[in-house]
Amino acid sequence: MSAVKPPVLAIENLRVEYPLANGAVFTAVESASLVIQPGEIHALVGESGAGKTTIGNAVMGLLEKPGHIAAGSIHIGGKPLDPSKGSAEGVVLGRDVGAVFQDPMTSLNPLFTVESQLTETMRTHLKLDKAAARARALSLLEAVGIPEPERRLKAYPHQLSGGQRQRVVIAAALSCDPKLVVADEPTTALDVSVQAQILKLLRDLADQRGIGILLVTHNMGVVAQIADRVTIMHRGKVVETGPTAEVLRRPKAPYAKALIGAVPRIDAKLDRFPVIGEEGKGRAAEARAALRGKAERADAIADGTPILSVENLCVEYVTSGLLPGSKGHTFRAVDGVSFSVHSGEVFGLVGESGCGKTTIANVVSGLVRPTAGRVVYRGQNVAGEGAVRRVGPLRQAIQMIFQDPYSSLNSRMRIGSILAEPILFYRLAATAAEAKDDVARLIEAVGLEAEAAERFPHAFSGGQRQRLSISRALGARPKLIVCDEPTSSLDVSVQAQILNLLKDLRDATGLTLLLISHDLAVVRQMCDRVAVMRSGKLVEEAESETLFEAPQHPYTKELLSLVPTLDRIRGESEAA
Amino acid sequence: MKTLASPGLITRIGAPISVLAAAALALIIVACALLASWIAPYDPTNLASFDLMNAELPPAFTADGDAHFLLGTDNQGRDLLSTMLYGARVSIMIGGGAVLVAATLGVMLGLLAGYFGGKVDALIMRIGDVILSFPTILLALLVSGVARAVFPGAATAEWAPIILICAIATNEWVQYARTVRAATMVETAKDYVRAAKVIGLPSRRIMLRHILPNVMSPVLVISTINLAAAVLTEATLSFLGVGMPPTYPSLGTLIRIGNEFVFSGIWWIALFPALALVILVLAVNIVGDWLRDRFNPKLRVKR
Repeated sequence: MSAVKPPVLAIENLRVEYPLANGAVFTAVESASLVIQPGEIHALVGESGAGKTTIGNAVMGLLEKPGHIAAGSIHIGGKPLDPSKGSAEGVVLGRDVGAVFQDPMTSLNPLFTVESQLTETMRTHLKLDKAAARARALSLLEAVGIPEPERRLKAYPHQLSGGQRQRVVIAAALSCDPKLVVADEPTTALDVSVQAQILKLLRDLADQRGIGILLVTHNMGVVAQIADRVTIMHRGKVVETGPTAEVLRRPKAPYAKALIGAVPRIDAKLDRFPVIGEEGKGRAAEARAALRGKAERADAIADGTPILSVENLCVEYVTSGLLPGSKGHTFRAVDGVSFSVHSGEVFGLVGESGCGKTTIANVVSGLVRPTAGRVVYRGQNVAGEGAVRRVGPLRQAIQMIFQDPYSSLNSRMRIGSILAEPILFYRLAATAAEAKDDVARLIEAVGLEAEAAERFPHAFSGGQRQRLSISRALGARPKLIVCDEPTSSLDVSVQAQILNLLKDLRDATGLTLLLISHDLAVVRQMCDRVAVMRSGKLVEEAESETLFEAPQHPYTKELLSLVPTLDRIRGESEAA
Repeated sequence: MKTLASPGLITRIGAPISVLAAAALALIIVACALLASWIAPYDPTNLASFDLMNAELPPAFTADGDAHFLLGTDNQGRDLLSTMLYGARVSIMIGGGAVLVAATLGVMLGLLAGYFGGKVDALIMRIGDVILSFPTILLALLVSGVARAVFPGAATAEWAPIILICAIATNEWVQYARTVRAATMVETAKDYVRAAKVIGLPSRRIMLRHILPNVMSPVLVISTINLAAAVLTEATLSFLGVGMPPTYPSLGTLIRIGNEFVFSGIWWIALFPALALVILVLAVNIVGDWLRDRFNPKLRVKR
């Protein structure tokens, strides 16, 4: 890279504002500056609402109205971007700036073949004829590593896997030889194994073609793996910027330190997660002690029989045919899975998307009926052939926490009525006043103020909602809680808080947790024992430490090796 | 705190002036109709209050008009304005009743179909499909015809409104059921419903307490548009002679009566009720269309 070339992207003192309906102005980005040289990957990280995507959109001229650039400048390849038009003189989105978006399921038009999506931009911007565009599309597909590119050209997006689709999106972004690619969370929707391939592809493109990449992400592991430089943002402001290794190893700003500290480690188990800011408030400890008193945990099983055992579980989904009477298609989501969970432990179930882990969570919590096999809770068959009906204490015993805190609370009900529902339904409180007390205690136990009962769910942030969702599950006084990806839609600092909360609740009430997750680092931090799943089957089950230190199955080894982590960098800094 | 009278209210509703005007007009007509017994100059249902001698008097503003009868009189000597006010009341009450019955039935069946799916869903929705394959008027004629055949009192002033409400609702519930079914399917897949299932709440409680409040906004929108449609259907049926009897006329009955006299130069008996009907239906439709657009996120323009 010669020094005389202008940087592919230079942002100086950028300020993006959104005028609000009431006349106030929301500043999404304030005095942000960054420079990307050719061949450099510059990561922009931060939690949701930090303004990182806004910067990406400003560069691409895709700011949503009424948002606009209020101050500062953006130069693309040395040419200034006109804030009023949202594009630089002679710079065309699609030709000089390529875009890769988060979700490959929606960023390709389902009605066009791969060929027409790829050739469209080339024919518009490069004025290529059909044959030349096709030849170029072929070479691009080869460059992004799609097998049998000849055949894939004819394919529609739904005929490709998620990873292949994201490759096609990247190929489209590269189609006109851009100098700059803006990649907004390019691997967030993908599994770790696919993510590793896409990250390697981006790195190769930067190295071999000298493309500058602005990588917007929330994942510190991704940053550590491929970025040359990193800029950490918080509430619209740049808090720290510099070479990746330096920033991640020795962050200076307090927020950067806290953010990096909150990333779950996969290399060693910690007692608690370091947490940014306050970790819940109020009388959490008292409230938890009170819950424990009510839960009557006297019946802990002493003789070592498991609290829950899943035996030979099979779940099949039948998709119906197009015409009535035509034979449907059977899909086996869970295929002969057996494991058992002991009282008081945290049992982890990990695997990539589509491996059947969530289906198992649904069977255990009674939402889905198994095709074969059974689930036994404390000697009682609760799912499968000959299962007893789950009513009363049996139904109360197993509760669930869901992935999406935005849809798991009914937006038309006050928090108080949502939390009181299980209490009143199971008559766990003698009077209305007592129920109200219980609700207050539940809210305090998850680190919120009891006044929350009077408010509606929209008044709370994602992390607070997840806390409330946990207190609803606790309201039925369960013995076992199924946690289905409880933190995967939360920011890393909030994730640390929620995971700490689950640990504390487990310690205080002797709960058993079945934790479903795709995040191996989270699983290592939380679980006592772990089972790894792959396409409906259990491939390995072991004590958590054993599994992470000495994995036996090749798939487990592969998964562990693919996770992008901070640990390499961290390890070096500790050795130094 | 802002009071209701603050200037912000109207801008916060965000409706264009034409919609506000239509809403005001619709409200005025409905209010006048409902208050007919107090504001109408005469009582057309009271035989003693009118005289056949006054029959077919033209409106007061024409050359031969009588100052006592602002819009003239009908063929029985009833004051047309009073008869129209009472008629509008009948029309609106039948329309409103039909919407209420159709909405209740449709929402319940839609909830069941969407929540349980499978055979329950197939049964309810196929019945709905069959009903929709008949033209609205034909089906309503069928229902009121059958009712008159098996039940001799069906044509009387007491029973005719109930028969009409049933005849119109038979058709309209399907639209509610389809909309609510679709919305219920979306809501049922959401985590808050799954959470309620895991807690072990009975299906009835999940449907009524959790899902119903979340599927109601499209129902309100459909109801507005259907109210106008129901008033029109009622008028059509009455015009065809299977609706309200002439002794207790709705707007449709009045138009039918007037229709017989139009060619003898007595135009007002048909014209004024017809105008009232058009204005009412148009106003309600404008409000309904606006509501529909407003609750449809796809059509909402970013401001």
